Amino acid sequence: MLPELGQAALLLALVAALLQALLPLAGAAGGRASWMAVARPAAYAQLALLLFAYAVLTLAFVQQDFSVKYVADNSNSLLPMVYRFTAVWGAHEGSMLLWVLMLAVWNAAVALWSRRLPEVVMARVLGVIGLVAIGFLSFLAFTSNPFLRLLPAPLEGHDLNPLLQDPGMIVHPPMLYVGYIGFVVPFAFAIAALLEGQVDARWLRWARPWTNVAWGFLTLGIMLGSWWAYYELGWGGWWFWDPVENASFMPWLAGAALIHSQAATEKRGSFGGWTLLLAIATFSLSLLGAFLVRSGVLTSVHSFAADPGRGLFILAFLAAVIGGALALYVLRAPGLPQGRPFAAASRETLLLVNNLLLTAACAMVLLGTLYPLLADALALGKVSVGPPYFGTLFIVLMAPLVLLVPLGPLTRWQQEQASRPLALLLPWLGLALALGAVGYFMAPQGPLKTAVGVSAALWVGLGTARFAWSRLRASGRAFTPEMLGMVLGHAGIAVFLVGALLVEAQHVQREVAMSPGDSARIGRYEFRLEGVERVQGPNYVADRGLVQVFRDDRPLALLHPEKRAYASGGQIMTDAGIHAGVFADAFAALGEPLGNGAWAVRLQVKPFVRWIWAGALLMALGGFVTATDRRFRRVSANSPAPRAGARGGTD
Amino acid sequence: MNPTRRRRLWFVLALLAAAALAATLVAFALQRNVAYLYTPNEVLSGAAGEAVSSGDARFRLGGMVETGSFRREDGSLVARFRVTDGDAQLEVVYDRMLPDLFREGQAVVATGRMREGVFVAEDVLAKHDETYVPKEVADKMGLAHARHNVEDAPPAEAGQ
Repeated sequence: MLPELGQAALLLALVAALLQALLPLAGAAGGRASWMAVARPAAYAQLALLLFAYAVLTLAFVQQDFSVKYVADNSNSLLPMVYRFTAVWGAHEGSMLLWVLMLAVWNAAVALWSRRLPEVVMARVLGVIGLVAIGFLSFLAFTSNPFLRLLPAPLEGHDLNPLLQDPGMIVHPPMLYVGYIGFVVPFAFAIAALLEGQVDARWLRWARPWTNVAWGFLTLGIMLGSWWAYYELGWGGWWFWDPVENASFMPWLAGAALIHSQAATEKRGSFGGWTLLLAIATFSLSLLGAFLVRSGVLTSVHSFAADPGRGLFILAFLAAVIGGALALYVLRAPGLPQGRPFAAASRETLLLVNNLLLTAACAMVLLGTLYPLLADALALGKVSVGPPYFGTLFIVLMAPLVLLVPLGPLTRWQQEQASRPLALLLPWLGLALALGAVGYFMAPQGPLKTAVGVSAALWVGLGTARFAWSRLRASGRAFTPEMLGMVLGHAGIAVFLVGALLVEAQHVQREVAMSPGDSARIGRYEFRLEGVERVQGPNYVADRGLVQVFRDDRPLALLHPEKRAYASGGQIMTDAGIHAGVFADAFAALGEPLGNGAWAVRLQVKPFVRWIWAGALLMALGGFVTATDRRFRRVSANSPAPRAGARGGTD
Repeated sequence: MNPTRRRRLWFVLALLAAAALAATLVAFALQRNVAYLYTPNEVLSGAAGEAVSSGDARFRLGGMVETGSFRREDGSLVARFRVTDGDAQLEVVYDRMLPDLFREGQAVVATGRMREGVFVAEDVLAKHDETYVPKEVADKMGLAHARHNVEDAPPAEAGQ
């Protein structure tokens, strides 16, 4: 009975979304206050209904109701309790339900915190979110119903994909989805602004924290995914340029650009049209990501359900959203007011270059991700684009950005004497280069990459610290949360650079055949396989290796890499043994038995690998801290930015 | 030309130059890093081209691991197996750890090049999911199956 109620809740939520989209948009166009007033209650109703549907599905998993097909497909009676909760989003239908639930949460949050907006703007913003909700809810209800019955009910279910039976998976998808779908808010704002025909600094001030929070969550989601891949896939890599990773990385890049251009538009009125376009692009890339992951058109190590019907639905939805938004943009953007003029040496220019580089990187990733699809469609053969393509081009595009990061905050708006920020930073540049040179001579391997990594990270880190110091010292000028967020974000880049470049330069991997008692050496580390024992888990049997790690001939840690065979379906899974350290990880993963008691073992030493995720964490924190700035919550429009339609453009 | 116009002209010119540079870089990088997928039959019949059979080109070999073909010396990592598409078989040698889902009778995609009639793999991928056949391999195998009147396995869903 309950699953049917869950399904009914989904359909009612769809009705609520229809109401939320159509009445307020029509009301805003015709000036009917009573129609516009429908938006908020409809948003709350959607959230309540979807929470109910989600609770129903969770309950079905907890109670092991195998008469629900989705539950029977993705759990079995041996599944530990905690994974029954996470199994809800373990496959396509449930993760789609989580997706629409997250959308409803953003939706209700916007309804709750939009009281400062003029009623018409609020109605349009919520109306656009409603339109998006219609798309996803009908996709869920009509092509991916999670409440489908399976009668007669089987006695035992399949199992949750063992790869997903992991603590990292508990938080990775929700974070990622919150981020992905959060970009609906700047998108809805952009559409509302285009409908209105003006970009008001007050609305932008209202939209900025939403973008920052969504981007922060997306950063966390991507970080958790990378961390999970590192220890769970048993390869020890942290980024693979896999299509599904790219799908989340593209909106991240566009979102990073959006954060910066929104700041410029809000404060100076510059690039108003560009900011709107970027907001549209960022959300479109989120949708494209959903399409790529869910349609199965791309060959990926992740790969969700490959169902052409679903792919077609999302493709049509994508075309409607992007096509509609861009058409509106083309119609309305030329009428938007121009911002204030600025000189070539100014913070505006630097932000423009930042946007150019980030969007170029985004386009590069998009091209590399879609190229196999294009080649297939044009009958050029079945191809894949290798990681070197992405790696090389990404470094080429991001190197100038890294050079410019410390300059941005120290450069004035509108006009700056180029020599001033340069003079401020010159000593720190010298220090960064000098320490890079030290790194060059001290590195056991990869001296050039090490030197570049050390210099780049110090340049960004010291340059950012220089800005923070000069701000803190200047009395009478407040150090706002917005500034703190920016400093944290940029410091995150520095920490990330240490991790990414040093691990690339210094990591060592060996795959060896080891019998109990054998040792293998990697630099200062020695790994000794003590033995392999059989252990019984809740729903698997594992061969557990005992690997003693020595550093400088002193015992460091005992690792327990496992090779698990899951009871249902006999899937094999690798669980790496990792000793985490601030300066290096020691990593061991079991391969397969090679006969005579010997095992294939993958051993790795990964210097500074934790810094990658620490850096991402700092960046996310920067996004969240920025959003707390009270300036964004001010009611009146006493900001220096130009009001709607204000004159003062370049021509 | 007034200063605003001149500045715009420079801006547009800079943008064009950047775009041209980017396009060149991208084309160059794509060309060097694209790996085509071929089946054993395409490699052995020469349909994949001279560069592939001579070992000059790096490519991806897709197909099923032939049942009963897997061999490995005791205590050594070096594995040998045959990949088949129904029409032809190709010997593969690989000296690293095989992925968890590698099994005889399962789909596999290996990256590497030909050397003296043997495919030397640098990387072997099996799918995360045992019921899932990579779409591009399935497409190509489907062609081979159609020629042999083999009934196609239903295109299974991942995430089961």
